[in-house]
Amino acid sequence: MVGSIAAIGAGLAVIGAGIGIGQVGGKAMEGIARQPEAASKIQTAMIIAAALVEGVALFAVVVALLGNNPT
Amino acid sequence: MYFSPILNLKNSALKALFALFITFLSFQAVANQENKAEVTVTTGEDAATHSEEKFDPTVTILEHIGDSHSFHLWGHTSMPLPVILITPSGLDIFSSSNLMDEHHEPVAFTSKYTYLNEEEHIKVLGANGEIDEELSNKIYDFSITKNVFALFLSVAIILIIFLSVAKAYKKTVGKAPKGLQSWVEPIIIFIRDDIARPNIGYKYEKFMPLLLTIFFFIWINNLLGLIPIFPGGANVTGNIAITMVLAVIVLIVVNLNGNKYYWSHIFKPDVPFWLLPIMWVVEIIGIISKPFALMIRLFANITAGHIIVLSLISLIFIFKTAWMSLAAVPFVLFMNVLELLVAFLQAFIFTMLTALFIGTAVEEHHH
Repeated sequence: MVGSIAAIGAGLAVIGAGIGIGQVGGKAMEGIARQPEAASKIQTAMIIAAALVEGVALFAVVVALLGNNPT
Repeated sequence: MYFSPILNLKNSALKALFALFITFLSFQAVANQENKAEVTVTTGEDAATHSEEKFDPTVTILEHIGDSHSFHLWGHTSMPLPVILITPSGLDIFSSSNLMDEHHEPVAFTSKYTYLNEEEHIKVLGANGEIDEELSNKIYDFSITKNVFALFLSVAIILIIFLSVAKAYKKTVGKAPKGLQSWVEPIIIFIRDDIARPNIGYKYEKFMPLLLTIFFFIWINNLLGLIPIFPGGANVTGNIAITMVLAVIVLIVVNLNGNKYYWSHIFKPDVPFWLLPIMWVVEIIGIISKPFALMIRLFANITAGHIIVLSLISLIFIFKTAWMSLAAVPFVLFMNVLELLVAFLQAFIFTMLTALFIGTAVEEHHH
């Protein structure tokens, strides 16, 4: 088998990040569509939430880098 | 992209600046390529394969995001940085050019002890030429490495900007800001009104210096790390030791400023008495894990961005054809612009979370 299982782990982590940020972005879009005046507040909150979700996914990437045991 | 508002400007200086910005971004990819080409020649010297130097992307990428005792400028030129060691027999200072030959291979150097630079850790060689692990653990490496040099540089930039702005404020008291002040003032107002005041409340002024320092330190170091040539290009905020120091500072500030209600929420939360031991464990882990998350978030975001850009450029060398650059360079350009956003965003998030944690520590009791 080529490659290491750490790479698979990192890929799985990115699935979580994708789902999370996708949800945040989607709800933000709905909110802006319902009330365009609040667009900038919603956008700020969306960016903050996206950065937090991404932080968690990057934990997993760091663990994958640490646990990488190349054959 | 809708460029015509910029292109229709009467101010030709601004147009020129914009053109420079776009060409700079494109040159960056080319400069990275040249860097890469020379580095493969030097790192391929000791590769097992002979006539064709095998390009190892992992080694090249790790070399670029890691720390180093010399600052690689361009091509074969690099600037050796001083090595400062505190050994059991005193202080030892010499240039790191003593530790490498002209192909940047490590070479042993004898001063107080015999040193060898094994993967950027300085080890001591015993009498028989073998690495003496026990003695190596006793020397403390306080060298000016690439990251330390870049740290000094960014500190100098921050000091220059803010000391001159402070002086300008003293001169134009009560008048409109002009010059560099007009760039710095909206950012400081943004941090005060959108980050400090909503999260900390009326006691925010005491913490403004810390928040401003954290924000500008992280932002300017992130930006310097994105510049491909000297004096940029050192991966400062992608070094976990530096982010750890920032996180420890946040930990200390938050816990030293905790008031009665903060500590009572931690040690006497509103739960049945038999749950208290578990709650103590959970809350103490919570105190540690919040700055820990800050540390990992900043480190991983910046390092991941650098690794992505370096990997895309390495694609050109893996496929060994210049036509690959038609695909890779636009992608690299896009990733670099994204990294500009990430540089600001990570600084903003770090500062905002710090303000949030300080806010929970100084919060008044209102039930």
